[in-house]
Amino acid sequence: MSQDSLLSLRGLKVHFPLPSRGLFTESGAVHAVDGISIEVKRGTTFGIVGESGSGKSTAALAVMRLVPITAGEVWLGDKNITELKGGDLLAMRRKVQIIFQDPYSSLNPRMRAGQIVREPMDLMKVGDPATRGDRVAELFERVGLRPEQQALFPHQFSGGQRQRIGVARALASQPELVVCDEPVSALDVAIQAQILNLLRQLQDEFNLTYLFISHDLGVVQYVCDEIAVMYLGEVVEQADRISLFTRPLHPYTWTLLSAVPSAKTKGRTRRIHLQGDPPSPIDLPPGCRFAARCPFAEAQCHTARPPLREIGGPGHKVACHLVSETGVAPHQALEGKL
Amino acid sequence: MADSIANQEALELKITHPLSEMAVMFFRNHAAVAGLALLIFIVLFTFLGPFIHTTDPFEMVWAPFTRPGEEGFLLGTDYLGRDILSSMMAGGQVSMAIGLAAAVISLVIGVTVGSFAGFYGGAIEEALMRFTEFFQVLPTLLFSMVIVALFGASLLTVTLAIGVVSWTAVARVTRAEFLRIRELEYVAAARAGGAHDGYLIFRVILPNAMPPIVVQANLMVGSAILFEAALSFLGLSDPNTMSWGQVIGSNRPYILDAGFAVAIPGFAIFLTVLAISLIGDGLNDAFNPKLRER
Repeated sequence: MSQDSLLSLRGLKVHFPLPSRGLFTESGAVHAVDGISIEVKRGTTFGIVGESGSGKSTAALAVMRLVPITAGEVWLGDKNITELKGGDLLAMRRKVQIIFQDPYSSLNPRMRAGQIVREPMDLMKVGDPATRGDRVAELFERVGLRPEQQALFPHQFSGGQRQRIGVARALASQPELVVCDEPVSALDVAIQAQILNLLRQLQDEFNLTYLFISHDLGVVQYVCDEIAVMYLGEVVEQADRISLFTRPLHPYTWTLLSAVPSAKTKGRTRRIHLQGDPPSPIDLPPGCRFAARCPFAEAQCHTARPPLREIGGPGHKVACHLVSETGVAPHQALEGKL
Repeated sequence: MADSIANQEALELKITHPLSEMAVMFFRNHAAVAGLALLIFIVLFTFLGPFIHTTDPFEMVWAPFTRPGEEGFLLGTDYLGRDILSSMMAGGQVSMAIGLAAAVISLVIGVTVGSFAGFYGGAIEEALMRFTEFFQVLPTLLFSMVIVALFGASLLTVTLAIGVVSWTAVARVTRAEFLRIRELEYVAAARAGGAHDGYLIFRVILPNAMPPIVVQANLMVGSAILFEAALSFLGLSDPNTMSWGQVIGSNRPYILDAGFAVAIPGFAIFLTVLAISLIGDGLNDAFNPKLRER
């Protein structure tokens, strides 16, 4: 498995302008994604976690070029795909596909399952038209559906089966990168495991790279090699799976991890309840965006924005003033006392 | 045991088209089925009737104002002594043809304007919807009268006039559906799968937006028939063709002496529009999944 970078986001910003209220008043914008930089290595799974409104799904859509990019760049391999148009964009779309969250709204109800999987091949002219039918049948079998089910309509499938159709559609153009936008959050726990295992098998088989968006830390821990935690459009912490889960540095990551339900009762830390809601993504606070809810916030947190620093091991980055240069997190003092 | 499993598999693979569920829903609605039956009867009456009852609708066949049932005239004769039964058949053909054609015209204009406005949004939407509102605020009957007065009273101009004044409702419904559907994930999925704008508008969104548009178009046929009747009543229609509205209009001066000559075509219009409205209502219920559960 090569370790070169397949996807790289460089200072990506996606702002949605608000409709102006008057002729001369300056209208604001929703800062959905506000300058994130990540590198996804070929053949690995990169997870982005965060709560609702953190901008994780918008980041996924920006990678797919489905929302306008305000600033920054998206690179696929050695190609800048930020401003591709027409045929170049189509060529890029063959290499980057997406699996959506809601299997009920992501399949066109008027199309048969087989057509749904075939559509990207027809639109992007993948392979020989004569062999596309065989390829659809093959994909159906590969994702665990029966080829004769191609003639059925989406409403005749269960949620898990629908998500399998979504996976087959994403694989139809033989992509290199698959963006998984919360692919299992709408499914039952038992079905979640099936789909996650299917995604892992497909990754090994086709050497796929995943950008995996989720709010479920359990799921992320299961599938991701590297993880970025997003809060209000920014990456607050980024690390490989093991260091993030064993040694979270950012107080936000720490509170998130404490909220993961677990069957173990012994040796767990107490659950930390965050107060209030995240600030508005329209009027952002000048300092650390988490400061208003952070149990450790100091004066500087409210005035200066913390940069993302590499602390406590290679590739472990955190944006917090209170983490010391040696990698001691503010919450570590509390550990054991709770 | 093995048998029952095989049966289950066969059952599971029974393909049900989304439209077939709607059809089942529609046929469960008694009022809608009655409307459909009534409409079929009216269509058969007007289009097949002339082959059985061959009297020329323009020919004077008896004394004027023969009462219905007298002298062998089932619906009587009009002020020129023409057979009203024949008039009803010939007039029904014209009325329904105008209703249908005008609905098609308003559908074409309305769907085009509405889908582009809903899909693109922004300045395009703003411009198209202001244009739509311009047509909406015009008094429709007056506007169509102006068109007919300007371009002459022929079937074509009457049809065009009705179509041009009544497309705004279709445009609004289409736009609303496009605004809703364009945010759904399968549209984003199609775009990610390489679909261009034209494909998204006409192959992805429009088929899914059709149900309310079909309901609207269906009701449009009814209102176009009424519209044509109103224009004919005012004398603004092709004098060489027979339509229900024209039969009412031409017999209007004698309404106190021979009310039946006005009442019969009026009743025909009433029945047709009622049938179409019942069907429209039934389609609306069949297309609306929220009502399906009740």
